Amino acid sequence: MRRYKGLTIFAILVFAFLFIPLFIIAVTAFGSEPTISFPIKGFSLAWFAKALSSESFKKAFILSMQIAFLATVLALIIGIPAAYALSRYSVKGRKFIKNFFLSPTIVPGIVVGYALFQFVIIKLKMPVFEGLLLGHFLVVLPYIIRVVGGSLEQFDYSIEEVAWSLGCNKFLAFFKVVLPNISSGIISAFLLAFINSFNNIPVSMFLSGPGITTLPASLMSYVEYNYDPTVSAVSVLLMLATIVIMFIVEKTLGISALAK
Amino acid sequence: MAFVDLKDICVSYDGKTNVLEGLNLQIKEGELVSLLGPSGCGKTTTLRVVAGYIDTKSGEFLVDGQNYTKVPVHKRNFGIVFQSYALFPHLTVKENVAFGLKMRKMDKATIDKKVAEMLEICGLSEYKDRLPKQMSGGQRQRVALARALVIEPKLLLLDEPLSNLDAKLRIQMRVEIKRLQKKLGITTIFVTHDQEECFSISDRVAVMNGGVIEQYDTPENIYAHPNTEFVARFIGFENFISVHKQADGTYKAQDYTFKTETTGKDEAKITIRPDDIEIIDEPSSLNGVSGIIQVRTFLGKSYQYEVSTPIGNLIVNGDGNKVYETGQDLNLRLPAHKIVLV
Repeated sequence: MRRYKGLTIFAILVFAFLFIPLFIIAVTAFGSEPTISFPIKGFSLAWFAKALSSESFKKAFILSMQIAFLATVLALIIGIPAAYALSRYSVKGRKFIKNFFLSPTIVPGIVVGYALFQFVIIKLKMPVFEGLLLGHFLVVLPYIIRVVGGSLEQFDYSIEEVAWSLGCNKFLAFFKVVLPNISSGIISAFLLAFINSFNNIPVSMFLSGPGITTLPASLMSYVEYNYDPTVSAVSVLLMLATIVIMFIVEKTLGISALAK
Repeated sequence: MAFVDLKDICVSYDGKTNVLEGLNLQIKEGELVSLLGPSGCGKTTTLRVVAGYIDTKSGEFLVDGQNYTKVPVHKRNFGIVFQSYALFPHLTVKENVAFGLKMRKMDKATIDKKVAEMLEICGLSEYKDRLPKQMSGGQRQRVALARALVIEPKLLLLDEPLSNLDAKLRIQMRVEIKRLQKKLGITTIFVTHDQEECFSISDRVAVMNGGVIEQYDTPENIYAHPNTEFVARFIGFENFISVHKQADGTYKAQDYTFKTETTGKDEAKITIRPDDIEIIDEPSSLNGVSGIIQVRTFLGKSYQYEVSTPIGNLIVNGDGNKVYETGQDLNLRLPAHKIVLV
């Protein structure tokens, strides 16, 4: 064990570096002062009350959830068959297509956001909600294709071939045999895509419209003009929500299902 | 008339080179036929053509007089077992076996009855509620077999089904497969690269090379009378000696004369298994040759010698009674009835 002592200390430092800011944010949310300060001088739940009663945050939260959910589901509907086709059949230029689908995660978010803004808002003159949905769909699609594709690489296609021989047509075999065996990949892809869409700022910033904006984007613009702990309170609520979701996933599927 | 009839089947993956070159194969009803050959010889491709996974470039495939060439896989009603077993990982043994019957929209009572019967036949009744990952390789293979057989297939297709099992289990399973196949009378195609496995199980064997069948015969005939040098090499012949036919029907390699049971072309090769060369005390003028032991290898039951003779190096297996040393002179005799002409 002694050999790894240095590594242990290093790991603890990394964890501290990651978690101390979160901890400080969480503490400031309960402060009684009108500006964010640490340590806090008095205890108050007023900022939570303010965050929860804020119409604009509420609207932004609901929109974020809607966009994240719809964009992820759409990306699953398109992405799973695409990933299947890419791994099952020797499509021409398969490597190029795979890399192409990874590209939005390599290209800086701000560039993607600007490009989408040019195309979706200026050229197509799409309504704001649809524009946001399309933008988020494009942002999360690569995650779906990569993660589901990774799951399919592990899949033994002779299982599917046996299903055909037993009287399943190709369509049915995909649902009865392929999908159940990549379910863990699909769940991971869903969570990853959902979280990425929910957290996304650059694309949302460009594609938001008057009165229609996502939660991270509205938090950003809020802190530009205000420095009160409402944002801390919202952050704490989001962290709690994430913990609850992870807890449910762990209880129903097991975290290991995501690691597969 | 043949039950299964493959006529001039050509298959190409890239459109240029043919993997199968006008393959012809006839199988009688209830027969177990093996496709034997090294990897890349087209045996698995042939099986996949029969199963319907690969489209043919040309040729016809008939079963029982019906043309199956363009019938999609799921309408063929053939049972297939893969090397990887390919069980449905998310289903129990019982559900795996019931899968094909459910697809046929049978009622539940019939399915339960048929599945229970098949599990009983395959000795799997006690494992019916297990998942595939909770079973051993041999058990999984039996589930795969039960799943393929329960649909009462027209043909049973086995793609190297025993290659993932250990040696002892492999022998046990091949007896099992033979027993089930005979009991149910299902016409079967068995793909393998293992000649011992193939000879023990098959009614007839098709030895394949480069996309064509080199020889199609009973295991006994192939073992004793390979037609071509490739077949001979593949089933364990060594010692290929180029010979020239004489006026009296004997063959001559340099100054040595060999008498054979059959005669053929003027320029030919004779071949003999290392086990069939006799080591004798006195040089023999007919079918005899002498040489010096170059290498001695221990095989377990006996030694193998590489003997350099004027007609080339010969591989000879000793009989286990007498041991010879490297560098020693050896008189060999190639018995006429063991020599094969290719």
